[in-house]
Amino acid sequence: MDAFVFYLLATLILGLGIMVITARNAVHSVLFLVLNFLLVAILYVTLSAQFVAVIQVLVYAGGIVVLYLFVVMLVSLKKAPELRSDSRRVGRTGLLLAGVVLAELIAIVWFTSASSGAPPAQAAADFPPRLASDAMLNTERLGWVLYTEYLIPFEVASMLLLVAMIGAIVLAKKNL
Amino acid sequence: MLDTFVIPLLQIAVLVNAVLVAVTFLVLMERKVMGWAQARLGPMRVGPYGILQAIVDPIKLILKEDITPAKADKWVFTLAPIMSLVPALVVFSVIPFGPDPLYYVADINVGLLFIISVTSIGVYGIILGGWSSNSKYPLLASLRASAQLISYEIAVVMTLVSVVLTAGTLNMIGIVEAQREAGLWFAFIQPVACVLVFIGGLAETNRLPFDLPEAETELTGGFHTEYSGMRWALFFLAEYANIIVISAIVALMFFGGWMRPFPNVEALSFLDLVPPWVWYCGKIFFFLYIFVWIRATFPRYRYDQLMALGWKVFIPIAIGNLVLTGIAKVVL
Repeated sequence: MDAFVFYLLATLILGLGIMVITARNAVHSVLFLVLNFLLVAILYVTLSAQFVAVIQVLVYAGGIVVLYLFVVMLVSLKKAPELRSDSRRVGRTGLLLAGVVLAELIAIVWFTSASSGAPPAQAAADFPPRLASDAMLNTERLGWVLYTEYLIPFEVASMLLLVAMIGAIVLAKKNL
Repeated sequence: MLDTFVIPLLQIAVLVNAVLVAVTFLVLMERKVMGWAQARLGPMRVGPYGILQAIVDPIKLILKEDITPAKADKWVFTLAPIMSLVPALVVFSVIPFGPDPLYYVADINVGLLFIISVTSIGVYGIILGGWSSNSKYPLLASLRASAQLISYEIAVVMTLVSVVLTAGTLNMIGIVEAQREAGLWFAFIQPVACVLVFIGGLAETNRLPFDLPEAETELTGGFHTEYSGMRWALFFLAEYANIIVISAIVALMFFGGWMRPFPNVEALSFLDLVPPWVWYCGKIFFFLYIFVWIRATFPRYRYDQLMALGWKVFIPIAIGNLVLTGIAKVVL
């Protein structure tokens, strides 16, 4: 049953992904993207990661894609975009990027499956009062792990977002 | 079988019908209260004091001709009203109307986040309805709507986070129980949050004084200008269902949900004779009345004022409130 649900969802997600890039109308492809994100959220629920599922809907389907739609509606895309002078070079760059992403995914799967037997680093053990235990609820545990074991990646990611935000403000405002 | 399918399906059927009937009578209430506020009588012709108006209005809308503009994007045009109504109804599945499982459809441990994320999907109905009509005013309205909803959502969600910090849980039942333990409604512990969530709720449901996406005087009705008949009615249903959602959230998070006033005072235990869902519905009704009252008394904001209010006033207050709550939580 679980496997059936997974493969059904995976097929739908991949199919919608193809629809996103093949749809002729930009607004339609944004809509397919929303549907795609919602299905990914269902996939998270089947993995009993409710918090991640809800955040997926809130941030991606409800926030970021609304901004996509905003931009797509403002820019008139009735005409087909002009063809690049050298379409073959664009194709090659795309292929290269796709190859890099694929290699990265394979590497991630490879290394996580190799190390899955070993217990994760016990950074949480430095905080004796409350350990990340099985008794904790999903959300509580996620928050705990995020602020103990993965504190540095978490902070680095938030710095990245801050830098991007400041950069956007600097670019948008001519005189500050 | 009985517990996993039959009972939830019955609950859902009762809940959806209750919400939709409540919406029709909410429209009647709005017309009556607005009428009294403006020294008129409101609808009087159908039934005693116009009570049956709530039934004949939907019948009229079903019977009206349904027009799709020739140059509209047909698929999206059809989809938009559905996309705006369904999230508004889905939210009710996690709102508990009472303490035992009979009164709620689902009890999930991220209940509040679920509500926030599902309501954030509702904006697509408005945006796509405006875009797919292939008409200028609806497009302007849907651009306004998306900007407005995103801005106010940030403030509302940040404020709700401070309430979650106070309660220590995201579970809706847990939030009510936390108020019982505190012995105080959260409206008194988090007064700023309460006001902010309610005003943000006004903005998120496109109600006056924030009804810029509709703005009859500037946009001829806004995003649903090209809609008619039952499809237009679906947008209307969604708007009023969302008003009920906001009232339900405010009543639950800040005014003790289904609990009677002063749940820890023994002397008032005769109030328990009133069932919990009646208390809750009464509180919801109170906030619905405030929604109508505000509509009858406030003028509309200008668009730039609306955005400035959202980004320069509400979000800083929400962040300040969150920081203070965090400090209080650590110190106390």
